[in-house]
Amino acid sequence: MIKNIINLGDSAIYCDFGSEVNREINSQVINYFKNLQENKISGITNITPSYNKLIISFDLTQINYEKLKEKILKIKLENYDKESKNIIKVPVCVDEEFSLDLSRLSENLKISIDKILNSFFNKKYFCYMTGFVAGMPFLGDINKDIRFKRLETPRIKVPKGSIGITEQFCNIYTFESPGGWNIIGNTPIKVFDKFNNSRPTKINPGDTVEFYKISKSEYLNWNE
Amino acid sequence: MNKAYFEILRPGINSTLQDEGRAHQYHIGVSFSGAMDKRNYLISNCLVGNKSNAASLEFAYQGPLLKLKFGNATAAITGNVTFNIIRNNSNIEKGICYQTFYLNSEDQIDIISTDKSVYGYLSVKESFVGEYFWGSCSVNTRAKIGSNQGEKYSINDKLYLNQNENEFSSKKVEYLNSRIEFIRVLKGTNYNYFSEKAKKFFFNSEFTVSKLTDRMGMRLEGPILENIVDTNIRSEGLIKGVIQVPPDGNPIIMLSDHGSIGGYPKIGVVISADYDKFVQLTPGSKIKFKSIQLSEAETLFKIYNMETENIITQIK
Repeated sequence: MIKNIINLGDSAIYCDFGSEVNREINSQVINYFKNLQENKISGITNITPSYNKLIISFDLTQINYEKLKEKILKIKLENYDKESKNIIKVPVCVDEEFSLDLSRLSENLKISIDKILNSFFNKKYFCYMTGFVAGMPFLGDINKDIRFKRLETPRIKVPKGSIGITEQFCNIYTFESPGGWNIIGNTPIKVFDKFNNSRPTKINPGDTVEFYKISKSEYLNWNE
Repeated sequence: MNKAYFEILRPGINSTLQDEGRAHQYHIGVSFSGAMDKRNYLISNCLVGNKSNAASLEFAYQGPLLKLKFGNATAAITGNVTFNIIRNNSNIEKGICYQTFYLNSEDQIDIISTDKSVYGYLSVKESFVGEYFWGSCSVNTRAKIGSNQGEKYSINDKLYLNQNENEFSSKKVEYLNSRIEFIRVLKGTNYNYFSEKAKKFFFNSEFTVSKLTDRMGMRLEGPILENIVDTNIRSEGLIKGVIQVPPDGNPIIMLSDHGSIGGYPKIGVVISADYDKFVQLTPGSKIKFKSIQLSEAETLFKIYNMETENIITQIK
């Protein structure tokens, strides 16, 4: 499970689950994250799971690194892995207006736009983590034939709802923000909703995402 | 009856409502936010008798021009702030930080500048009306969460007060903001990604705070810190104070509104005891880093908190 535990500054614990990115390691991270959430150890202010790391921040006025580390290592781990996982269907419009990098990808990868889209849409994706900005899901893995590096110079503004791909991953820009991923379409759905108190993020770690194509008129008339 | 509010006649550069911040949301990508300089935030609230986690107006560099409407208020400003109180009869009084003042309806506060520092705080007795998300009204402009639809204030916005009227209670405290010379850090989880030369540069050279500094992060300029392993890591969680080094070799220190995850190697982490003071460094300031051990960092934090408590008990 955890390969190494060290401090990150004076008010966080850094748990290292390995260096590879795969579902197995990520599921261990998510399971540990859920166990910590359930245990509600006082003093913890944030738990941040990512591909293969888990960072636990704490309030230094309440507890310190050594004491919290001891408590964490004593937790009896439950297996939350069997919990039912959500499958979320995400509509995507790939109209020229939204697919900012599709033709450039086609040139660089030397495959047709249709082939890129077929490869992208005919696969289910696993959510490794959520973050950077509110609600942004990091999904994977995309097929090898459509993997490409980030833009050399990131865009200053990527439109909200953009679907981006880079390396083995894809994501959804939940806010207009700077970014360097290759944009292949846009979704009209709300992936982050601050007014939904129990589930502000539509896609959570461990969930499965299925993208499907919609026309521009469906996009423009989308009603959630 | 009309509720009392401040009419914002000039918003200032970055005026937002802040409290102690929003915990337990990093895993969905929502950063902690909260007052940048906790000590000054706390003193301003204690001066006006507010309980913990009250909402204060944080401003940076040039502050707002505010006109009180339909009420009276006891208020206090902390930081290194130059401000005037413009009375309804046009009399101008020079404002004094770290002591309460009274405002009548139609009086104005003109917050001119945060001198040789970045952040200042305005608190009012019984606090401001905040919009709460996950236990905090702190504005997070990236996620559009918190008071004022998660945006900084603009001209003609209204900042409502919880209480329309209160009796003036005169309180003050002596406090002088000292300038930080060395930012103390613990080595980061990727410290060994950097060349021996880079490690030496990091702890012996001077760095300059660049203009690209805001509530999300502080970018520094100085000798290029050469990475000999990998300039990108798999994205992982971040905390306030983490010093990331992107491929260009110039360090960035994460501040309260930082992204919840990041993919640049971490050379070090600023200790908690130094947060309040280093966020007050203005662009152009020269700073140096000093390496210390975890146990020292914990002791320094205890001492820093005791000092803060001591200042608060001296409010008379």
